[in-house]
Amino acid sequence: MPTIVVEVMPKAELLDPAGKAVAGAIHRLGENRITDVRLGKRFELHVDGEVDDALLDTARQLAADLLSNGVIEDVVSVHVADDAHASTGA
Amino acid sequence: MSDAVAPAIPQPDTVDNAIATPDKHQPYDALGLKADEYQQIREILGRRPTSGELAMYSVMWSEHCSYKSSKVHLRQFGQKVSDEMREHLMVGMGENAGVVDIGEGWAVTFKIESHNHPSYIEPFQGAATGVGGIVRDIISMGARPVAVMDALRFGAIDHPDTARVLPGVVSGISFYGNCLGLPNIGGETWFDPVYQANPLVNALAVGALRHEDLHLANARGVGNKVVLFGARTGGDGIGGASILASDTFSEGGPTKRPAVQVGDPFAEKVLIECCLELYREGLVEGIQDLGAAGISCATSELASNGDGGMVIDLDAVLLRDPSLTAEEILMSESQERMMAVVEPSKLDAFLAVTAKWDVETSVLGEVTDTGRLVIHWRGEKIVDVDPRTVAVDGPVYNRPMQRPEWLDALNADSARALPRASDDSELRAQALRVLGGPNQADASLITNQYDYYVIGNTALAMPDDAGMIRIDEESGLGVALATDANGRYCQLDPYAGAQLALAEAYRNVAATGANPRAVSDCLNFGSPENPEVMWQFARAVEGLADGCLELGIPVTGGNVSFYNQTGDVPIHPTPVVAVMGVIDHVDRRLPSGWQDEGENLYLLGVTRDELDGSAWAGVVHEHLGGVPPRVDLAAEKNLAGLMAAAAEEGLVTSAHDLSDGGLIATLAEGVLRFGVGARVWLTELMERDGIDATAALFAESGARMLVSVAREDDVKFRGLCEGRLVTVTRIGVTDGEIDGLDVQDRFTLSHAELAAAHRHTLPERFGAVVGG
Repeated sequence: MPTIVVEVMPKAELLDPAGKAVAGAIHRLGENRITDVRLGKRFELHVDGEVDDALLDTARQLAADLLSNGVIEDVVSVHVADDAHASTGA
Repeated sequence: MSDAVAPAIPQPDTVDNAIATPDKHQPYDALGLKADEYQQIREILGRRPTSGELAMYSVMWSEHCSYKSSKVHLRQFGQKVSDEMREHLMVGMGENAGVVDIGEGWAVTFKIESHNHPSYIEPFQGAATGVGGIVRDIISMGARPVAVMDALRFGAIDHPDTARVLPGVVSGISFYGNCLGLPNIGGETWFDPVYQANPLVNALAVGALRHEDLHLANARGVGNKVVLFGARTGGDGIGGASILASDTFSEGGPTKRPAVQVGDPFAEKVLIECCLELYREGLVEGIQDLGAAGISCATSELASNGDGGMVIDLDAVLLRDPSLTAEEILMSESQERMMAVVEPSKLDAFLAVTAKWDVETSVLGEVTDTGRLVIHWRGEKIVDVDPRTVAVDGPVYNRPMQRPEWLDALNADSARALPRASDDSELRAQALRVLGGPNQADASLITNQYDYYVIGNTALAMPDDAGMIRIDEESGLGVALATDANGRYCQLDPYAGAQLALAEAYRNVAATGANPRAVSDCLNFGSPENPEVMWQFARAVEGLADGCLELGIPVTGGNVSFYNQTGDVPIHPTPVVAVMGVIDHVDRRLPSGWQDEGENLYLLGVTRDELDGSAWAGVVHEHLGGVPPRVDLAAEKNLAGLMAAAAEEGLVTSAHDLSDGGLIATLAEGVLRFGVGARVWLTELMERDGIDATAALFAESGARMLVSVAREDDVKFRGLCEGRLVTVTRIGVTDGEIDGLDVQDRFTLSHAELAAAHRHTLPERFGAVVGG
């Protein structure tokens, strides 16, 4: 059964307190080569049947309107998980 | 610069470059500056500004930061002042927040501020950062924040966009305040279509300090270090101060969405503790918070308030995003940042404290006596200005004012013409409708999202008339705070409306047994470029200043928010007034409902047939017209004096003010507070004041309160009323046998009916839990 994956990240210019907290935890473990962390969301939309372009468009629309807050987040990717060829950027 | 520098790095617009290229076009209009303001900047500098200077002037000369349209009117708050008002005032208007002596060596600082436009664009972060910003104002005075409050106004309760804005705003406030560990002790919630595309989010914070801990933010002492600490500077809210606060929203089409700010309450909590330790150890001369206009504001204000000069190296600013330009660094509104002035000998100790709290710190420069604020970036001088021209001596406008032409017709359209209930069953039905009206209904759906007992010093909170916080755990000394505004009254008469807001907040504080002592205000209006709005503003400020003078309590600070409108339609004038009062011992506080049976219920004050602009007119008849209730500040003062004395002597067991919704709302809330019923009669009141039952139940005359008095204290209490010149009528008794409210010979409302009417409105619209 195909899965559409939607990835959402906080906008680059905005503070990401959760990412900052994770970066702090990594640094406390002594790993300083990792300089920064940004923490986003991954949605997996399970589909009954084929994923056609129309459904992908619907997923992109949902990603923009419902799954992300356009004021503070960007949709960075909408793609089908188990079919590499169907992968498509948002 | 050598030729080896990579071409991708933007070249700074230096002072030398500005002199060399006088005719370069600059986008002053896109930054919100008018052509004549841009010209004025060129005259001040004797050349064109660099792009960094232009960024600074544009944000600092915006309406939000410069008060250029309101200044000429706000002066009254400093002029209409008596010795009585100066007596307890330690720091007045113009600082980050006013400071008031409350006795026993304690002082409190409090302020209310708007975050309206950001809260419409991104309700959660907008409201959250509103709380964060006002709390930092309190810290910068040297005080420990002890509580917050919020005055909220949304569009129509049944509009779909209200279902977006309200949960976001409430979640944002509760998220930030709860994470900080500050109790949210009160405020208000109003719904009105005038706020549809322009909700009002006014946040108040209060802090406590010992007299000797008072700090003012200024850059004194040549050679002292200027230090930036807290969160890193990023690209958030760039231009927010000028663009968010000065532009209005248009319906339809893609809206201009500048980056909003994201708050981090955990970083702010650490910052609070870090600042308090810096103060305690005597390591700072002054601390300034960074809010609107960020580093531009902090450097120019600190320098203006100190020895007049400062030299800053912008490369020392710790960045979240290394690609930021100098202009962006100057304008960034990244949250949770502070700027301190530190003596060089104390710098190591200062850095040790910030390191201990894991707060990133960088030394940006030092204080000078040159009278110039000089900023370097990448080895070049990019700013060289007199800081006072940026922060203090900005443009001042005496904008045209005009009394609205529609006002006479609106004032003539009195609620007296509206049909009144023809029998008692209709009266009863109207009572239930008013109790469930959006602005009278129980708002605990919202307030329950907030932690209001954290820290353990909350003596009163919602649904009591005012919030009360214990300041001294040994002596019991405390303060009470209430915020109020009635935009409907202000639309009918901004002068009287502002005074009624003041009177109501004053009365709410008095109802707890506290002595009202000081005022902060957040003045929310439409566009100052509209002469009718400017007239409303001028009248409201005049009303407030005159009212404060008569009541003898000073305005200690606040904020003006203009451009609250959608398209051409301004909001109702909404001057939100916060009154702070002092109580010697919080054990003597008065709750808003009675707890014991067999007590007498007394109505204090006179009821007139005043229904214009009332909840009854709005809820039952969808009507707004006429003139607001008469303002009688002398009566308010007598009433407050009586309440303080009665609380002191323990003569009163509960007190609840009468305001929107009238007597019926006060009675219903009194019953619902602790579930003890009451029997009341209206006949005596109607005969004495010459009014009918509709006016008795729903009129919104000021200077009134409902109190419960134990039988044994009856004689003493009535004697006290006589001595204090307060009109008093016994209108009922508390009675555990009565289920709810029995309005004798007219109707009864069971406890269940009252609760259902009062509590169904908000949950029905927004679900059981906001943002859940």
